[in-house]
Amino acid sequence: MVENRPFLTFLTHAFLILGFVVVAFPVYVAFVASTHDLQTLLTGAVPLLPGSHFIENYSAILTNVSAAHGLPNYSHMALNSLVMAVVITIGKILISITSAFAIVYFRFPFRVLAFWIIFVTLMLPVEVRIMPTYKIVADLGMLNSWAGLTIPLIASATATFLFRQFFMTVPDEILEAARVDGAGAMKFFWDILLPLSRTNIGALCVILFIYGWVQYLWPLLVTTDTSYYTLMMGMKRMVTAQDGVIAWNYVMAGSVLAMLPPILIVIFMQRLFIRGLTETEK
Amino acid sequence: MASIDVEKVGKIYTGGVRAVTDINLEIKDGEFIVLVGPSGCGKSTLLRMLAGLETISEGQVKIGSRVVNRVEPADRDIAMVFQNYALYPHMTVRQNLEYGLKNRKTPKAEIDARVTEAARMLEITQYLDRKPRALSGGQRQRVAMGRAIVRKPAVFLFDEPLSNLDAKLRVSMRGEIKRLQRRLGTTSIYVTHDQLEAMTLADRLVVLNGGQIEQVGSPLDVYHTPASTFVASFIGSPAMNLVKGELQGDKLVIGPAIIALGAYAPTPGAVTVGMRAEDLRVVSGDEGMPFTVEYVEELGSQRLVHGLVGDQLLTIALSGEAEIAGTMRIAVDPARLHFFSADNGKRIVGTSEAAMAVATPSPAPVG
Repeated sequence: MVENRPFLTFLTHAFLILGFVVVAFPVYVAFVASTHDLQTLLTGAVPLLPGSHFIENYSAILTNVSAAHGLPNYSHMALNSLVMAVVITIGKILISITSAFAIVYFRFPFRVLAFWIIFVTLMLPVEVRIMPTYKIVADLGMLNSWAGLTIPLIASATATFLFRQFFMTVPDEILEAARVDGAGAMKFFWDILLPLSRTNIGALCVILFIYGWVQYLWPLLVTTDTSYYTLMMGMKRMVTAQDGVIAWNYVMAGSVLAMLPPILIVIFMQRLFIRGLTETEK
Repeated sequence: MASIDVEKVGKIYTGGVRAVTDINLEIKDGEFIVLVGPSGCGKSTLLRMLAGLETISEGQVKIGSRVVNRVEPADRDIAMVFQNYALYPHMTVRQNLEYGLKNRKTPKAEIDARVTEAARMLEITQYLDRKPRALSGGQRQRVAMGRAIVRKPAVFLFDEPLSNLDAKLRVSMRGEIKRLQRRLGTTSIYVTHDQLEAMTLADRLVVLNGGQIEQVGSPLDVYHTPASTFVASFIGSPAMNLVKGELQGDKLVIGPAIIALGAYAPTPGAVTVGMRAEDLRVVSGDEGMPFTVEYVEELGSQRLVHGLVGDQLLTIALSGEAEIAGTMRIAVDPARLHFFSADNGKRIVGTSEAAMAVATPSPAPVG
């Protein structure tokens, strides 16, 4: 809509600002809380302006706080989270792009059935199938391992579905031209389909990285060994402190730090991200 | 360079739908063949079977002396130009041209030489480093042709390559394709639904209808002696007039008009009579057939007059300055009449070369 009426401009901005405030306020409070000392926070009223303990809180969370809760170092957990997110991202994209390729470009028995089975898993969130998944992972002896942390999360349908939809928009003639040009199936995949999917892959990287980064329930179930703990689990551990006094200032500092990687990913890949969701290069 | 033999080729899709039936064609080396017909006539299917993009359900196809039924498209020594160009969007023009050669492990120097030559021939040298999306439709079409040319294949296959272009560009590209094919001497098969494109490009036309060949012949043969009412109405613009008539002895009765054919009439009884719009002329006095004008289409060089003889529609082509009255009398040289069977629309051979006179109409009602 292109309209030039001052009142509408005002109204749209008002809604925009209102929406922003509603969404951003908790994040702001978290940041503010991470800059006060524990006493201020325990008075009950969270102050609305940043305090003076920024450096103190953040250096504490990065050094010795987690050890006090029986957790590995903060940087160790951050590394765990990073490894998990990256492995999930790469694994999911590899599996889904190849399976979508198979479903769209090859004729084999039960092809449609295969697609629908993959598609149906979309309708069951991890939480619903968590019991059988846990059982399988436990029986395979994958508890407390990277495989157990990542593989069950890699196997899901979202990305397969997106790639399938994208492949179906690629004109058949491109495939036919490639066949006439002497490109076999895998050559077509590498030389043509993969470069064409570049923006989609970029967009999925962002989504899947964040998906992997914020995983909480699954890592909580399959890991008891603290050396596999991720940031999300660590934060949770600190909130359920045994002695009753929760160090909210440290928890909040940890949370704010944990928010940074996804934010950085979004900022740096934003251009690619938006293009991938809206444009196709044709 | 190669000849192509198409023997008893048919296509049945899974599900039993028959798209193409019993096609027999012998295409000589260097010939330009145009497959023409309305949409759904099987012309693209036939082309795609030659290309290897569709399996051949029946019969066999030979390129050169080799049966290619089970040969991959890449190994058939063909190159294809697609309707929507099918350029690889992420590659530059140069990479698009090189791709097929690289896959064939052609030496780099050879690739460069061929790309340079093709680009020069098609005047796309200055676009070699652009992506296809930065090119206009005509330029993309040239790149698509370039991709075919660099391969130096035995056969070019064109699948309606010009139908995405605007009318003016289509005419000039048509000329270029013809010139290029003459120059390279490569056997070419070209699919189109545009009869004008077919007429202008072809050494031989193949008119297809309902998955079967209606007629094969040079453009002028097909134009002057169409083998059926289908061909007659498809080839030529405006379409040939087809009216119901009856042969009585040596006279042809069309509605209220009687045309004397002289000594010879091909068959007694009901026939479909074909008359080219440009073979009809206006006559004065009581001669010829009464013609009631309905409307006129101005083409500048010609005026197309649509009207009725009896209750049957006719179109006549007159010169741009011709005067037009509300009712006129029109006549046709009997030698230029085409007779088709009223039952199956096939041409009745031995059409009259007889007398030219046009009889006065019988006292039947006019208009």
